[in-house]
Amino acid sequence: MSPDLLKLIFGRLGFESLPLHEPIVVGTFVAVALGGAVLLGGLTYFRLWGYLWREWFTTVDHKRIGIMYMILGIVMLLRGFADALMMRGQQMLAFGGSEGYLNAHHYDQVFTAHGVIMIFFVAMPLVTGLMNYVVPLQIGARDVSFPFLNNFSFWMTVGGAVLVMASLFIGEFARTGWLAYPPLSNIGYSPDVGVDYYIWALQVAGVGTTLSGINLICTIVKLRCPGMTMMKMPVFTWTSLCTNVLIVASFPVLTVVLALLSLDRYVGTNFFTNDFGGSPMMYVNLIWIWGHPEVYILVLPAFGIFSEVTSTFSGKRLFGYTSMVYATVVITILSYLVWLHHFFTMGSGASVNSFFGITTMIISIPTGAKMFNWLFTMYRGRIRYELPMMWTIAFMLTFVIGGMTGVLLAVPPADFVLHNSLFLIAHFHNVIIGGVVFGAFAGINYWFPKAFGFKLDPFWGKMSFWFWVTGFYLAFMPLYVLGLMGVTRRLRVFDDPSLQIWFVIAAIGAVFVFIGILSMLMQFAVSFLKREQLKDVTGDPWDARTLEWATSSPPPDYNFAFTPVVHDNDAWWDMKRRGYQRPLTGFRPIHMPSSTGTGIILAGLATAMGFGLIWYIWWLAALSFIAMLAVGIGHTFNYHRDFDIPAEDVIRTEDARTKLLAGAK
Amino acid sequence: MTVAVNPTQTGEPVFYLADEHPHPEGWSTSLGFWIYLMSDCLIFAILFATFGVLGGNYAAGPAPKDLFDLNLVAVNTSMLLLSSITYGFAMLTMQQNKIAQTQVWLAITGLFGAAFIGIELTEFAHMIHEGATPQRSAFLSAFFTLVGTHGLHVSCGLIWLVTLMVQVWKFGLIEANRRRLMCLSMFWHFLDVVWIGVFTFVYLLGVLR
Repeated sequence: MSPDLLKLIFGRLGFESLPLHEPIVVGTFVAVALGGAVLLGGLTYFRLWGYLWREWFTTVDHKRIGIMYMILGIVMLLRGFADALMMRGQQMLAFGGSEGYLNAHHYDQVFTAHGVIMIFFVAMPLVTGLMNYVVPLQIGARDVSFPFLNNFSFWMTVGGAVLVMASLFIGEFARTGWLAYPPLSNIGYSPDVGVDYYIWALQVAGVGTTLSGINLICTIVKLRCPGMTMMKMPVFTWTSLCTNVLIVASFPVLTVVLALLSLDRYVGTNFFTNDFGGSPMMYVNLIWIWGHPEVYILVLPAFGIFSEVTSTFSGKRLFGYTSMVYATVVITILSYLVWLHHFFTMGSGASVNSFFGITTMIISIPTGAKMFNWLFTMYRGRIRYELPMMWTIAFMLTFVIGGMTGVLLAVPPADFVLHNSLFLIAHFHNVIIGGVVFGAFAGINYWFPKAFGFKLDPFWGKMSFWFWVTGFYLAFMPLYVLGLMGVTRRLRVFDDPSLQIWFVIAAIGAVFVFIGILSMLMQFAVSFLKREQLKDVTGDPWDARTLEWATSSPPPDYNFAFTPVVHDNDAWWDMKRRGYQRPLTGFRPIHMPSSTGTGIILAGLATAMGFGLIWYIWWLAALSFIAMLAVGIGHTFNYHRDFDIPAEDVIRTEDARTKLLAGAK
Repeated sequence: MTVAVNPTQTGEPVFYLADEHPHPEGWSTSLGFWIYLMSDCLIFAILFATFGVLGGNYAAGPAPKDLFDLNLVAVNTSMLLLSSITYGFAMLTMQQNKIAQTQVWLAITGLFGAAFIGIELTEFAHMIHEGATPQRSAFLSAFFTLVGTHGLHVSCGLIWLVTLMVQVWKFGLIEANRRRLMCLSMFWHFLDVVWIGVFTFVYLLGVLR
């Protein structure tokens, strides 16, 4: 075939795009291909495709979508963490003239992929998954406001993850760092597909995130059960509301800034170029106007989880509910007024830097207020040190350290010394691991029995806990030291041999974290095998306080047979205290949304379009786009999107629960 | 929804609704659509900010004074403003359940919208022909992107409008279609408001600059 025809069909994709010369990548590919073949073969052999398609892929049930988000987050955690291990190994070895084992081309992709994956495809799915699962239950709703959109949002997030994963084996990923600053990320310096993978993965996933933000705001505002005024909402619902407001108010900025970067790369415009009047610093400003709220998007739900866990496991009402709510709202607002602290060194002058330094320091006040609220909740409580509470304690210790180094970095003169150093790396891992990741793990251990009807195994949970926590400190405290000594981020080789010991300690810490992750997977496996012993039939294994514990575990499709009525912040605690009797008769049909395959089809087409644009396969991009329009419009011609669960089904489900509850007593 | 949650009336606290009615269809739609519009507004806000920062960087190329034909822009603006008025008429006739008239007003709205897009494309073609391409300077990059994004939105609105006309034709002015027309109405007027910003900040202030 002529080269022109090949180019028309395959764009710039060719055999040379496959990284066959990278033994590590080839090895990974073989392992992934074998694992994937086993998984797909198993699914086919056990005839699970139909089940998966009907019950999971096309579901609009917020609970199942929540669980799928969590699975996505955990799978991507393995990929993101493999990158982390590779970096720690490289930096530990590359001393005394050694080049380590990763060449620059590969190493630069590894640190970029690590950051992108951990933020967008680990932290975001874990947080979104927990919000999706828990919020409708906590507010006594049957589903989210827009159930189809919820399914679509999830699959768009998966589409983004698929593009990032594809970059590992087809072509390459960006070598620019996780925010892809121009001019490096512009076409002149990054002519390959890496940055295009980055752009389209984030654009596809970003649509999903924005839509799920709109969805959850509407859910919280419009679908609360009677009696639940705003100031009676559980704190996790409050923090979710603020997080989703932040999502809707910041992700469009990311969408625009990436679109402008794409225009620079594809069309040759001059937004972020060095000539023809472009301004690279414009990009840095814009992306941090999204980027700083993003870290609060991640950590606010974690704060909510810690609030629920602390009051449940202290057996006390949360101390300072009102101040907790106001602190959350203040953080939400302030998170927009600090973005410039990410680049004090840009040279905006003393006045601008002072303004942003001060706002950054002010944000620690509401955060500190929260910390005291948790401490006072524990004060004179009957604390049960179960796994969720252990993660919460670890968070409180770790996050305070991270917070203090953050205030230190907020001082512009100090930042001029520490900017882009490993001190900064240590700081943000300290708050993201100590805050978001520990929060997600607290949430997983806390709500797992709600989702599956059995608790997680405490032994492997504690193994995971101790390895994670000690591993974290071993891995990141040395980075503070190195940062203070002036080591900058993203370095591949080192000259000064006295630094090596700190990198060795950090690598040992990473191995500890790895054992922690393996223990967590072991915890899931062991808990599944021991599910009869760990079973909970009450639906309320922790003697908890909020509405999600009022229904069975796992909850029925319709969540609540009758919509609850709330009189108190701790609604379920109030119901238990005042002798609530579960209704046994009078059930009625329940109106529910029906499943649809449109979400996964649309997201699949969006992913294909992204792939076409990345590789300049224009026909594929155009075709997928037209198909998306057609499927999307076709979907709007379906006016029958709901059905009624018949009263008999509700009666059968509720009677089964009555029998279980009687057996438990 | 007002529900008696006060336990003192009967003495016994009420913990669930024995007699409940599901939320009406589209209960959250207008709120959801408003929030979507605000997120879209943010997209335009960033594009305006970008234009604000880069709009003076002509890179020794053409400036607004050399390029903009305010008469043409005035015609174009009136197309869009008129389309908003006619959409308003469509909504009024929809309230009176007059399907045929609603469809006629929607069609007129669509024609005005299409005229707007047509004039805009002519303007773009003219500028590109004169060498004022999006690649020429940061000012032109920002100009084409801001105005083009608005045009893209209007084009999407046109596709949506045609879809809704088909749906009204097939299914009548049922509740779901009324809700959809209401959403498109908000979208259409929103684009009008954005255009006022474009007209003022990009064209008028640009020529003064």
